[in-house]
Amino acid sequence: MMTARSLHSLAIAGAFAGALTLSFGHAARAQDTIKIGELNSYKTQTAFLDPYKKGWELAIEQINAKGGVLGKKLEVISRDDGSTPGDAVRVADELVTREGVNIIAGTFLSHIGLAVTEFAGKKKVFFLAAEPLTDKITWQNGNKYTFRLRATTYMQVAMLMPAAVAAKKKRWALVYPNFEYGQAAVATFKEMLKAQQPDVEFVTEQAPPLGKVDAGAVVQAIDDAKPDAIFNVLFGADFSKLVREGTTRGVFKDRTVVSLLSGEPEYLDPVKEEAPVGWIVTGYPWDKIKTPEYLAFLTAYQKKYNDYPRLGSIVGYVTMTSLAAGIAKAGSTDTDKLIAAFEGLKLDSPFGPFMYRASDHQATMGAYVGKISLEGGKGTMADFKYVDGATVLPSDAEVKKLRPATE
Amino acid sequence: MSFNAFLFQALNGLSAASGLFFVAAGLSLIFGVTRIVNIAHGSLYMIGTYIAYSIATKVGGAFGFWGGIVITALLVGLIGAAIEIVLLRRIYRAPELFQLLATFALVLVINDATLWIWGPEDLLGPRAPGLTGSIEVLGRRLPTYDIFLIFVGPFVLWMLHLALAKTRFGRLMRAATQDREMVGALGVNQAMLFTGVFALGALLAGLGGALQIAREPATLATDLIVIGDAFVVVVVGGMGSISGAYLAAVIIAEVKALCIGLGIVNFGGFTVNFSKLTLVAEFLVMAAVLIARPYGLLGREQVAVRSVAEPEEPLRPSTPATKIAGLILLVVLVCLPLIAKNSPYTLVLGIDVLIAVLFATSLHFIMGPGGMHSFGHAAYFGLGAYGAALLVKWFAAPMGLALAAAPMLALVGALLFGWFAVRLSGVYLAMLTLAFAQIVWAAVFQWETLTGGSNGVLGVWPSAPFDTRTPFYFLTLALAAFGVLLLRKFLFAPFGYAMRAGRDSPLRAEAIGLDVKRVHWLAFAIAGAVCGIAGGLFAFAKGSISPETIGVSRSIDGLVMVLLGGIQTLTGPIVGASVYAVLQDYMMRSTEYWRALLGGIILLLVLAFPSGIVGGFVKLISRRKTTSKAAS
Repeated sequence: MMTARSLHSLAIAGAFAGALTLSFGHAARAQDTIKIGELNSYKTQTAFLDPYKKGWELAIEQINAKGGVLGKKLEVISRDDGSTPGDAVRVADELVTREGVNIIAGTFLSHIGLAVTEFAGKKKVFFLAAEPLTDKITWQNGNKYTFRLRATTYMQVAMLMPAAVAAKKKRWALVYPNFEYGQAAVATFKEMLKAQQPDVEFVTEQAPPLGKVDAGAVVQAIDDAKPDAIFNVLFGADFSKLVREGTTRGVFKDRTVVSLLSGEPEYLDPVKEEAPVGWIVTGYPWDKIKTPEYLAFLTAYQKKYNDYPRLGSIVGYVTMTSLAAGIAKAGSTDTDKLIAAFEGLKLDSPFGPFMYRASDHQATMGAYVGKISLEGGKGTMADFKYVDGATVLPSDAEVKKLRPATE
Repeated sequence: MSFNAFLFQALNGLSAASGLFFVAAGLSLIFGVTRIVNIAHGSLYMIGTYIAYSIATKVGGAFGFWGGIVITALLVGLIGAAIEIVLLRRIYRAPELFQLLATFALVLVINDATLWIWGPEDLLGPRAPGLTGSIEVLGRRLPTYDIFLIFVGPFVLWMLHLALAKTRFGRLMRAATQDREMVGALGVNQAMLFTGVFALGALLAGLGGALQIAREPATLATDLIVIGDAFVVVVVGGMGSISGAYLAAVIIAEVKALCIGLGIVNFGGFTVNFSKLTLVAEFLVMAAVLIARPYGLLGREQVAVRSVAEPEEPLRPSTPATKIAGLILLVVLVCLPLIAKNSPYTLVLGIDVLIAVLFATSLHFIMGPGGMHSFGHAAYFGLGAYGAALLVKWFAAPMGLALAAAPMLALVGALLFGWFAVRLSGVYLAMLTLAFAQIVWAAVFQWETLTGGSNGVLGVWPSAPFDTRTPFYFLTLALAAFGVLLLRKFLFAPFGYAMRAGRDSPLRAEAIGLDVKRVHWLAFAIAGAVCGIAGGLFAFAKGSISPETIGVSRSIDGLVMVLLGGIQTLTGPIVGASVYAVLQDYMMRSTEYWRALLGGIILLLVLAFPSGIVGGFVKLISRRKTTSKAAS
């Protein structure tokens, strides 16, 4: 007779057997598709990555509806990267060894992007970093196998520089999240502004921990330093807190504020009618771009999801269209051929044409620069223009000095 | 910083303190009475922010906001009661700390449930109706809502004080904090009391969350941020002391506000950006307080709890059967590259699992037989990993040397931190280890020029012949087996017996001439060193190491592995680590809501095996033996 106890031990035995079989037994499938491995921090960066996933799903649907690439359909194997570099490297390894992909794409946070960059270089796997902004992915820690789509920290700062210089302010306060992205953005900002305006003074620097800004105290400290202008790098929940506290305390009144990424719907939409009007930002005015290639994307996206795209949607969409274009140009999925094809690859995106530079593997897709304004109780961007990434990147000779010599 | 600016920042600090106080007070009450370390307390707070947001925006107006806060607090209180009745009540008799595992699973489930209900975007609530503006204080503008917060904190403190002092429920709570068994013996319905306390704690967390929606958006990251802060406040104030929690909240909030207010300061030539110190300020405060006052500012020495769990069986050297089983397992693991020839991923996962096993076993060494619950074991993992990685980065050291340095650096760290930690016991020891781990983390994070800051150290790859998968797997296996067997050897040497004697009866152990502190200190150091090996292997397995890998979540993972396997058995951590690592890997691949699923499975395991997987097994076998003996 089956007693409760033997049921118990059966269950345990079953669990172990299950655990073992999980890791074995993976039959190779017929290669009638081109497989792309994708990994990202879907559980912790939800606000950006949920639209991002929708974006790439739309791209894959469109590409496959047109018959795919090289006569094969594209198949994306998407994974959560566990939001830590250690897990991400294992997941990347799983995609390569178990799923047999030789192309991986994705990642959001800089340190995870860098860990996967390092993995790609070591294991000789093609890697398209979609979102991480750190300059190091394409410069100091760049390698032959890694390309990057998103406009980097350096590029974003450079895009805002003309407006910062034109403001002609002497005393600047800086506020940034205390990790590499914030530190690098501020270092670049200081260096560039100092070069163009030698008498500039940086009166205070506030570096709250990411996600934990004590907004009241921080805006007060900024106010007490009596700056003429503020450069902000906070984003996400930190940005919302900063805006609300700063507005209540009148800290932004009569001050120029230059702010990275704040025009992206991901960060601007949560503050709704409290959007800080007049801030000079990089971003993405999703409802105001009128180019035909953009409108085609917008219509398709809204039709499929009944929701408007965020910047993540664009990044996801262009990640997959880039890979499709690269594979088509290479005529194969062979890693070396794909790298050769990506170097100098030109393609169209909803933001217009751009290319992957051969010198540092950085895409020249740009961003929109403008001022935050309020329309119908919602934040948006006004007086904006598209800044082509190619115009703000250093020359090929300069980046050659930045990249490691062993290539 | 002018004097007025300083005073004004102090006001900012007071309003921040109120928020901290609510969530810490609830946590403190729950721990005081039920002895549950409620990791899910931050999740209750997070639910509070989301529910209050929904009511405030759906209902709208003054009622939606203010009424919503009250309704939210009550609702979260109900959720707390439900958690206690459905889940926790079933596992009070489990070994100490086991309930932590259940609340950890709740964190995973609640986070995914919140994502499912409210979606991925940050939700910024409306401003508080009636308190949207600011008034002029000291020539600066202070939001009226902040003034409200400054007063509401002490008000709730006063109410709680009255409730504890004057009501029957309050007296019972205080009595239960002192001696819950006696309270039970006197005929008090303990089940009701525990449910009530848990509900009250949850209510306070919900209230704290609801009050914040006028200041910050509801986000999915809140749960872990809040729980970290809350623990620090509770411990600094003294576990179980409500006034202490308020005092600690004020001190920590003020220290942070002061750091922010100071900003950049020049000390003759070199500059310090004090605002960066907010990253670790609370942990520095906690370490300092615990070293000077081992039971927190207003806490009293913990009353020894008469354990309600079944007494632990003494450890016995393994039987021939176990030895044979272990040998078979080792042979299987050695043959794994052959068995898994067609699925090379098995080795990738195998390396991760072996590292987890080594990590968990070293933690178990001090947690189980040592009785020292370390909440900061990631520190030694991190020291090992960074020790190896930095040698490679700065001195291009060969792998052998780097791997040898890993346990050395971890040993030095464990000797230093352990010296302070073993002077405490119970949850205070746990929190001091956590504080040290956070200080290590912050140092690594902040020391950009040496450690690469948040991006970490890259390019730490094994050298030939270990640069391919199979040899590296063998290396990992060899070191993991060596580490596990070494720890086992220690446990059955006189040293191990002395350690357990010190855990079970410090007074008697001292009386027969054992230097308990010294024995525990050495045990702490040994565990740290072995953990360092795991860290070193990890760095080489991944090719890089960054601060996130050594943060709080790794320490918690370690606890989960040990508890899942069974803290009272020696094979527990091995099984726990393997099951947890394989499960997580599999879940991450199989569903979008993998965290909820992982949490759900852990909950099932918790309910099915209240003494861990191996613990459950052992009980089963011993029970079978007794029944068959009785039959014959």
